[in-house]
Amino acid sequence: MIESALRFGHRLLPQLVALTIILLLIWLVFPGFFALEIQNGRLYGSVIDILNRGAPVALLAVGMTVVIATKGIDLSVGAVMAICGAVAAASSVRGDPLTVTLLLAIGTGLVCGVWNGFLVSVLNIQPIIATLVLMVAGRGIAQLVTEGAILTFNDPGLIFIGSGAFAGLPMPVVIWLVFGIAVTLLVRRTALGMLIEAVGINRRASTLSGIQTPLLLMAAYMLSGLCAAIAGLIVTADIKGADANNAGLWLELDAILAVVVGGTSLLGGRFSIIASLAGAMIIQAVNTGILLSGFPPEFNLIIKAAIIVIILVIQSPRVQAGVTFLSRKSVR
Amino acid sequence: MKFKNALSCATILAACMFGSASAADLTIGFSQIGSESGWRAAETTLTKQQAEKRGIDLKFADAQQKQENQIKALRSFIAQGVDAILIAPVVATGWDEVLTEAKDAEIPVILLDRTVDSKDDLYLTAVTSDLVHEGNVAGKWLVDTTAGKPCNVVELQGTTGSSPAIDRKRGFEEALKGHDNLKIIRSQTGDFTRTKGKEVMESFLKAEDGGKNICALYAHNDDMAVGAIQAIKEAGLKPGKDILVVSIDAVPDIFQAMAAGEANATVELTPNMAGPALDALEAFLKDGTKPAKWIQTESKLYTQADDPQKVYEEKKGLGY
Repeated sequence: MIESALRFGHRLLPQLVALTIILLLIWLVFPGFFALEIQNGRLYGSVIDILNRGAPVALLAVGMTVVIATKGIDLSVGAVMAICGAVAAASSVRGDPLTVTLLLAIGTGLVCGVWNGFLVSVLNIQPIIATLVLMVAGRGIAQLVTEGAILTFNDPGLIFIGSGAFAGLPMPVVIWLVFGIAVTLLVRRTALGMLIEAVGINRRASTLSGIQTPLLLMAAYMLSGLCAAIAGLIVTADIKGADANNAGLWLELDAILAVVVGGTSLLGGRFSIIASLAGAMIIQAVNTGILLSGFPPEFNLIIKAAIIVIILVIQSPRVQAGVTFLSRKSVR
Repeated sequence: MKFKNALSCATILAACMFGSASAADLTIGFSQIGSESGWRAAETTLTKQQAEKRGIDLKFADAQQKQENQIKALRSFIAQGVDAILIAPVVATGWDEVLTEAKDAEIPVILLDRTVDSKDDLYLTAVTSDLVHEGNVAGKWLVDTTAGKPCNVVELQGTTGSSPAIDRKRGFEEALKGHDNLKIIRSQTGDFTRTKGKEVMESFLKAEDGGKNICALYAHNDDMAVGAIQAIKEAGLKPGKDILVVSIDAVPDIFQAMAAGEANATVELTPNMAGPALDALEAFLKDGTKPAKWIQTESKLYTQADDPQKVYEEKKGLGY
């Protein structure tokens, strides 16, 4: 038990170190960074902002991790967010009750997942191409739903998902924490995680050894669609309107980056959802830090790129091997 | 829709029968960029309305953000022998050839809301707004409103490097020049979106003593302002009172915010580019009056005093 906890800690070490260093750097540039206060019955501060604003990417990263572990990739999540947000807004404007709105949005996300899963697992199209279809077409579908305008709504229940609070934490934070933990438990407390890794390492061998590979792949893309649907609900509820043009724009890339920063290989196989969540928080910490620092916006992307390069270098097999070598030497 | 069509047919028919309107038998091609934003949708709606009002037969082509589609549309307009062409060019370069073809066919071309880098004898005129002037109007409003009182301003910029972001920033700064009471303390990009506008405003509020240090917000478009207003409210402050909000574009939702007292002023980027364009065209076709090469549209300032609820109702139906 202790050993497995240690192994887990070792797995997460690079991400946690990177996150700590980034948070400390922000604190140096902006001393009020760790200040927390209670406002309107909820925690209020920059750290909470990171957790809150990182919610969409964190949610997408959960689904993306599982898809990537099967040696796939899902480029359509940003567009699926836009579709689901648009569906939710349209349903809310039409006057549907909240449960119907939520079910419609989540159902749409699952349908998008089924489409991707069908292309990948049944038709055997390469995932990057298969999901590219929906990535390109999805925004058009979302625009058809919103008729090209930003569709605003006033349903307090739906708005609560974006800007409400539960137990002092903003609702999006609660959602991604609960969802992330639930999926982690689901894949790690059952054999599901191992089966996913098996498919990612060698799909044929897994099929031959009796794993229902098509079903598993379908489920992975459906999970990704579900994550995108929840993320889409959050960003839509946050601004009280569905912005088909911009909701989730480029977030698929941030989600993939979160998974990579979390140390999961794009070649499939071993994965860690918790590490991907840490990766998502690293990305958001960088974003929020840049905003707080007051640098001119021309520097935003350069700073972000530089930090990510450093993190990836630290994680690279060569550097890792060197660190392990040195630490063993010093222990013995 | 059918009813509308029938109506427009009827107007055209009536115009033909009485032969009163000189423009009645005009056919004009309009190549629109696509539907990238609500503003563009409103521009399309207003162009169609303007054409209908004047009894012009408007041939509409949506280019879906691609220049090759626009060039194709222009060539087909030329082949159909239209009387004039309106085009909102998606990019500034690469128009020489097709514009020369139009010129050879003696079809006047009018550019709407964006310009091209071709020689100016290839088109009749360009109808655009002046982005620097828009920033200027917003800045002047803030200078007049604060009336010499010290005021820290935060700025939400458009997409970094885009011409509206550069020009609206410059115009605003020009207006503030010489008024040392106004200081821009923070300026970040919000990518012209609500989500980023809200996120960046949240960080401004945290960085400036919970917002107590900020007296005004200037956003390069209304969408970012709408997002920022939500952030200000969630931080427990009153937008429009604790923090003045001025932005540009005049989309319907900002009028709702103004009606609720949460936004103070907006500068209109009018979607009615076709009105001045068709005026110039009709004058040109009637007696050959050459319009100026650049027709600047009005950058009208709206404040809470301009009955925002009424303007909202008017603008709502335009497809924003």
